[in-house]
Amino acid sequence: MNKIVLPPERANLVNWPEGLTRVPYWVFQDQSVYAEEQRKIFQGPNWHYLALEVELAEPGDFLTAHIGDTPVIVTRDTDNEIYAFENRCAHRGALICLESRGKHRKDFSCVYHAWNYDPQGNLTGVAFKDGIKGKGGMPDSFKMEQHGPRKLRIAIIHGLIFGSFSEDVPSIEEYLGEEILNRIERVLGGRTPVVLGRFTQVLPNNWKLYMENVKDSYHASILHLFFTTFELNRLSMKGGIIVDESGGHHVSYSAIDREAEKDVDYAKQQLRSESEYKLADPSLLESFDEYRDGCTLQILSVFPSFVLQQIQNAIAVRQIVPRAVDRTDLNWTYLGFSDDAPEQRLTRIKQGNLVGPAGYISMEDGCVGGFVQRGVAGASDDHAVLEMGGADANSSESRVTEASVRGFWKAYRANMGL
Amino acid sequence: MTSSVLQYIIEAQAKYSRCIDDDRLEEWPSLFHGPCLYRITTASNYREGLEAGIVFANSRGMLIDRVSALREANIYERQTYRHILGQPSILSEDGAKVRSETSFLVARILQDGDTSIYATGRYFDVYEIADRSAQLQERTVVCDSSRIDTLLALPL
Repeated sequence: MNKIVLPPERANLVNWPEGLTRVPYWVFQDQSVYAEEQRKIFQGPNWHYLALEVELAEPGDFLTAHIGDTPVIVTRDTDNEIYAFENRCAHRGALICLESRGKHRKDFSCVYHAWNYDPQGNLTGVAFKDGIKGKGGMPDSFKMEQHGPRKLRIAIIHGLIFGSFSEDVPSIEEYLGEEILNRIERVLGGRTPVVLGRFTQVLPNNWKLYMENVKDSYHASILHLFFTTFELNRLSMKGGIIVDESGGHHVSYSAIDREAEKDVDYAKQQLRSESEYKLADPSLLESFDEYRDGCTLQILSVFPSFVLQQIQNAIAVRQIVPRAVDRTDLNWTYLGFSDDAPEQRLTRIKQGNLVGPAGYISMEDGCVGGFVQRGVAGASDDHAVLEMGGADANSSESRVTEASVRGFWKAYRANMGL
Repeated sequence: MTSSVLQYIIEAQAKYSRCIDDDRLEEWPSLFHGPCLYRITTASNYREGLEAGIVFANSRGMLIDRVSALREANIYERQTYRHILGQPSILSEDGAKVRSETSFLVARILQDGDTSIYATGRYFDVYEIADRSAQLQERTVVCDSSRIDTLLALPL
């Protein structure tokens, strides 16, 4: 007779397995972990992508965004500086700004009781502060300068605006490190980006499952048939991964290697990726050598929630916004550059088919996190195995590794004190 | 405008919806003619004049590739659509070329039966009236919402 094995007792949340090669599934499921992440990571000493500088090109421009659950307003004031503050009235906590973006804004007024703020987040007016006909109003002890939404620190790097709630966060240069900075510069340095489109993909999974997927160079050529067959990205191509010292930031890149084309390792694995699939209109993959280094792909992530993507000439930034334990918004902004020739712009638009919610090579990333979320539903105390390429979280010339995924967990645990 | 033009457009749009909802995607590229322009975008991108699409095709080959990728390459859970279309409005007529706007509602039915309103929006179409039919030259699908649930596999 079969012995009935009941699931084990609820795990002790601080009981994380030794080393970086195991990730307990409760970390994707637990409400208290989610709440703790908001405090320690999203409001903690990290930098969070908010917007592109070109999206706030002129004084008076503003937009609203989220850092984790927390709503924020980002502005360019008349002094031409970028500011950000919590989108929460200091009075009773209502949203101050309801629009997603706009122009020519001199101040922000809460609709509830018309408390008024300047574009730097300073409280500048309280309706009926002195009462009416000497009656009512705020007491003399109330000082406007002592009240206001929390202001963020701002850092701008190659046109990317980052914000942080923390006073203790290191400078953005120190936070990212030289290698990551160089790779951001490679894509955006000295150029003026143009927004080509914005889309939000609603992912049915915990935000960390998407970040793991971004950092997982092992899956790319296996799950995504499109990549492999058209030599956009084969693990046998030249390339590698960079993991910064914290583990939290990474770059995965690949370049054409004609020598490796005869490689037989793929055929031996009998992967689904080896098919006879051919395009009826191969002009989709005709690209121009924008960076003059033969690098066809560079995926870069910044802990905890930012991705910069170059896939041939499809350039995009992605912002990850957790919405619930099992729900995540992925905000895509597709980019061109101001000096694009018309045929270059068309190339980018066509290669937009590779990415985003309907992307030939990113569609699967939208659902695979949900497959994990559903798969582990009854296995909170079990764990994922991350042993591909060893147990460390170091840079590597091989992309047959999970080093950058382990790096994510290294940084995550350091942030969370796990 | 002749009432037959409107009738031709209604017939073309009904044929298009049935083609997708009946899972005859292989026939979908042949519903386009001439430039075969097909684009899916959002109302806010459309309003701002942003060029990129969630899907963009400007040749019949690109439409065919979309279908073969769905059939042979991409991984997604089995799903079907049900298109509900409003009455087309004729926006302009220039010789045989007719522009129309039609509202749509698309429900998505997943393999476990879960049914949801997946997208609502407008079709901005360009037709050429020929041989007693409306031949679709361009279709811009403008989704009302910027939020796409999980992924977009089947064409709208």
